[in-house]
Amino acid sequence: MISFENVAYNYGGGELLSEVSLRLAPGSFHFLTGPSGSGKTTFLKLAYAELLPTSGHVTLFDREVRTLSRDDIAHSRRRIGVVHQDVQFLDHLPLATNVQLPLSVSGRSSDPRDLADLLGWVGLGHLSDALPPSLSGGERQRAALARAVIMGPDVVLADEPTGNVDWEMSLRLLKLLVELNKMGKTIVVATHDLNLIRQAKSQVAARVLRISRRRVQLAGADL
Amino acid sequence: MNRLQEAFQQIVSYLTPDRQADRVVPPSGHTAWLTTFTAGAMTFLCVFALALSLASGRLASRWSDALARTATIRLAAPPDQMQAQTDAVLALLATTPGVATARALSDDEQRALLAPWFGPDLPVDALPLPRLIELVEGDPGYDGEGLRQRLAAEAPGAVLDDHTRWRRPLAEAAGRLRLLGWLSILLIGTTMGAMITLAANASLAANAQVIRVLRLVGAVDNYIAGAFVRRFTLRALAGAAAGALAGMICVALLPRADAAGGFLTGLGFTGFGWLLPFLLPPLAGVVAFAATQRAALQKLRELQ
Ligand SMILES: Nc1ncnc2c1ncn2[C@@H]1O[C@H](COP(=O)(O)OP(=O)(O)OP(=O)(O)O)[C@@H](O)[C@H]1O
Ligand SMILES: [Mg+2]
Repeated sequence: MISFENVAYNYGGGELLSEVSLRLAPGSFHFLTGPSGSGKTTFLKLAYAELLPTSGHVTLFDREVRTLSRDDIAHSRRRIGVVHQDVQFLDHLPLATNVQLPLSVSGRSSDPRDLADLLGWVGLGHLSDALPPSLSGGERQRAALARAVIMGPDVVLADEPTGNVDWEMSLRLLKLLVELNKMGKTIVVATHDLNLIRQAKSQVAARVLRISRRRVQLAGADL
Repeated sequence: MNRLQEAFQQIVSYLTPDRQADRVVPPSGHTAWLTTFTAGAMTFLCVFALALSLASGRLASRWSDALARTATIRLAAPPDQMQAQTDAVLALLATTPGVATARALSDDEQRALLAPWFGPDLPVDALPLPRLIELVEGDPGYDGEGLRQRLAAEAPGAVLDDHTRWRRPLAEAAGRLRLLGWLSILLIGTTMGAMITLAANASLAANAQVIRVLRLVGAVDNYIAGAFVRRFTLRALAGAAAGALAGMICVALLPRADAAGGFLTGLGFTGFGWLLPFLLPPLAGVVAFAATQRAALQKLRELQ
């Protein structure tokens, strides 16, 4: 699906990530942890080609990202659902329209029942007509997750998707990701929440990637 | 041909209302008005520039036509020789190739010509007035220099006035005026393109978040650009239609041109000329389309 080969990245200052080599296999479930500022968000941005590596190669669906045209990248993004850490919406359009946006920009129509089911699952059924600026932080995160999965993407990259929600809701969101994973989707979740990781490990074969000292490595069973 | 067809289809698909795609760009107040107003004002001005060009074109050809076809010979001679010289000149003209007809103006006609200055009771016979002989040029025309020389030989008092002296600068001025009109239209069009580019850039910059979100969920550049382009093109079309209509009404309300109408009263459209202003709104739409499309694709590449 997505593979990194000796990837390094810096924002112009010192090296933030280096010698990153790994493969996100189809159907795998990974957590991404590391101290704040260690580069989790940067890693995810490299994975969906918002950033290009300073050196090394990122391969997206079997193609090196540097060889992709702008339209190629757009088409790749239709197969990747992303939950940003700083969630952004089209603030002038109601929540339901925002959640369906990936479908509308790719010219696909949506089944209203699917939309209602999805919004119900993330607990936003009653807010489908609300405008994004009126939503709470947690509601925005849930809406972002709904938007990320509505296309049934091959890969879901979620950056702190449970950062602002209570434990019960975290479990619901996790359940959604686990179900998608069981359908064969590749999932990466960046999080600080060790309880969430433990909870997930009891449900799926999740692995933990840890960023420390600029390297991304598989963590041991002890986390 | 194929590429033209493709471009045309792209324009058509861009302009076909796609409510969903249009709504992704928030309706923004001031750039919307700027575009509509600019297109309206520019088209309004364009109507006048067009009227000016057409009118001065008509004027140029009318002046050269009318003045080129007739000429006057002024014959000054002592009263007792007047008739003889007149006959000589007429005889000479009758054998000059290129002169269709020639005739001496009668005393009544000369009196009528002079009446505005001296009143109706002018005793023409008593005054040492030159005799006027009017000649109408044939096709092909006569050789002006040759005629002058023959007149000098046979009727020394005769002077050929073929109007070229003052016809040429007038026709030239009218031609220049027409050129200025076309130049103005070009400038107005370019200015409109530039203003709409500015408005589009402002709108694109104000909607950076919208663009980021759309990119994130997999929208291709053409989809994003299309949402902006459609909006600006439609606004420009609407503004230009209003501007063209207003301009045409103003031109129509100008005082009527009569046969003796001077230049100012001749400013307007005639016949098929009235159809030309209808071309301006689509033209404004094309300008807006090209300007926004270029601005949008450029901005999108910048944003990565
Ligand atoms: N656009 C940028 N320009 C320059 N530096 C940046 C930029 N984005 C991030 N950084 C820096 O890169 C480092 C890693 O940022 P990143 O967002 O990847 O961290 P993170 O692991 O996601 O942190 P957190 O857990 O707080 O979300 C930080 O020190 C940050 O200041
Ligand atoms: Mg982060």
